[in-house]
Amino acid sequence: MEENLVFVQGNEACVEGALYAGMSFFAGYPITPSTEIAELLARRLPGRGGRFIQMEDEISSLCAIIGGSLTGNKVMTATSGPGFSLMQEALGFAVMAEIPCVIVNVQRGGPSTGNPTHVGQGDVNQARWGTHGDHAIITLTASTHQDVLEMTVHAFNMAETYRTPVILLFDEVIGHMREKLVIPEAGVLPVVDRLRTSVKRGVDYHPYLPREDGRLPMSDFGGDHRYNVTGLYHDMWGFPSSNPKVVESLLNHLVDKIETNVHEITRYKELYLEDAEVILISFGSAARSTLHTVENRRRRGDRLGYLELQSIWPFPVDLIREKCRKARRIVVVEMNKGQVTGLVKAAVENPERVFLANRIDGELISPTNIKNILRIIQGRGV
Amino acid sequence: MGTRDFIRERFFPHMWCPGCGHGTILNCLIRAIEELGLDKSNIVVVSGIGCSARISGYVDFHSLHTLHGRALAFATGVKFSQPELTIITPMGDGDALAIGGNHFIHAARRNIDITAIVMNNRIYGMTGGQYSPMSCTGDYATTAPFGNIDNPFDAVKLATAAGASFVARTTTYHAKEGISILKKAIRHRGFSVVEFLSQCPTQYGRRNQLVNAPVMLEYLKTHTVPIGSARAAEDPEILERGIFVEELRAEYCDAYEQVIQKEGG
Repeated sequence: MEENLVFVQGNEACVEGALYAGMSFFAGYPITPSTEIAELLARRLPGRGGRFIQMEDEISSLCAIIGGSLTGNKVMTATSGPGFSLMQEALGFAVMAEIPCVIVNVQRGGPSTGNPTHVGQGDVNQARWGTHGDHAIITLTASTHQDVLEMTVHAFNMAETYRTPVILLFDEVIGHMREKLVIPEAGVLPVVDRLRTSVKRGVDYHPYLPREDGRLPMSDFGGDHRYNVTGLYHDMWGFPSSNPKVVESLLNHLVDKIETNVHEITRYKELYLEDAEVILISFGSAARSTLHTVENRRRRGDRLGYLELQSIWPFPVDLIREKCRKARRIVVVEMNKGQVTGLVKAAVENPERVFLANRIDGELISPTNIKNILRIIQGRGV
Repeated sequence: MGTRDFIRERFFPHMWCPGCGHGTILNCLIRAIEELGLDKSNIVVVSGIGCSARISGYVDFHSLHTLHGRALAFATGVKFSQPELTIITPMGDGDALAIGGNHFIHAARRNIDITAIVMNNRIYGMTGGQYSPMSCTGDYATTAPFGNIDNPFDAVKLATAAGASFVARTTTYHAKEGISILKKAIRHRGFSVVEFLSQCPTQYGRRNQLVNAPVMLEYLKTHTVPIGSARAAEDPEILERGIFVEELRAEYCDAYEQVIQKEGG
């Protein structure tokens, strides 16, 4: 165990998680605060027989890993706000063509170039709706380095299970902060491998025909089956179709495969919810200050509860409603103008109970910030 | 195998307009692959968006129909992750050199072993005849109703300057030459660019005094000459055809393979 104990940045924990999951192809473009992920993988992938390429921009980075996924690799790219904006076009392609891939967004302050070396959590809704058209998406996050590793593995597992892009929404504090990390032995965390078709060469293969369990076995480019992949609406062979029935059923499939599996995808942490009068909901680095506040105030007799979202999309509406049923107040702690707060309001009964505790100046929200906002919300003055 | 073994016959007749040159390019491509005796399960065709991009649906290879301008970015991922595959990326002139211009020069700079075919009809056909970065100054287009004031790229010079190790130009009039050039381009280990001049009678010709496909083909015949011909030097409207660059230089995947070997992977 001891030799697996390291003291690292969150970006390094992400790299460890990706390698643990079997990622073998990375394409990226340098951008603060995600760059260490690319730097580390440039060094570590070739020694494992994997491949790293620095592309000319973030557009081509995501395009390249989609190509690498089609030849049978587990693939990843990493970026931050402006680069994530450039990836939205190819993200939609990966959704439509059902290509497993993982996109890391180490969030900084936006919009635009914004606050590159400082923390932000303003990309929650971009992760959901950044690419055009109706679709579903999986987005995961983490507040500790151990969780960064585990959520990265989970991201690859979800990408392979549902044949979909998965977004890892970290932030600058998590990415750059150093803390201890235990790298698990192989076999400790479940790893979902690429599901390949058992259809033999020469037999008609349908890359877009789901099995009874909903999964779609793949065939590597260069392998036994020559099929078509397109961003157009397509039939079960992957050939373009504008047949209204084909269009409608494909869009329903793309959304349903994720929305109906929200319980399989959702990850969260909870503490002290049983007796909580006030529930604090948070995610990412803001959750660290939130947890500290909850522990601290409970020692002084305040009945606070803690709910950390480790998956944001699909949004766990039922979970939030159930966990918050009895609370007098619900406070969402996040470093944006209330992107998750709005979702929580929409999820719970009596949404007037829901408040936002935020900080948007590029600095990590502190326990003191949260404590002060709680005093105002609870009518105890400033 | 006959050429019919290389197409997905159920999708024919193709969707290109009567007189379009793209069918000729498809024909040349299939004949080149047949003559090279390549295994069609080892070929990946990656296309972008536009009239040219539809070629990927018609060929019975692994086919990837991607995003406008991004064919080479996807193709780079396919090739780099599985270097033994043969990758062909047919692109339109707007696709390759406007929206995809950055990917084009960087793929050339890396000298990654991909064959890029620029199916140059000097117009955006599918969207209805807007000027492209290959439209000539003075050309008429729906977005250049008073004549185009833009300057076109010279695709051959652009590819050469960006580092492509095989650069050629041919036309749909010179189909046999096209087959021969495509064969060499596909066989070449490195980034190959073939600018294939094509005719778009529907969107380009009828606005530019080239009233039909035969007239356009005649124009390609009379306005191109083999490399080194004196006429090209005298008249700037005359373009040279043939192989401009054919050099063996370090190929990108080979270079990375050496990194893998060195690192013990």
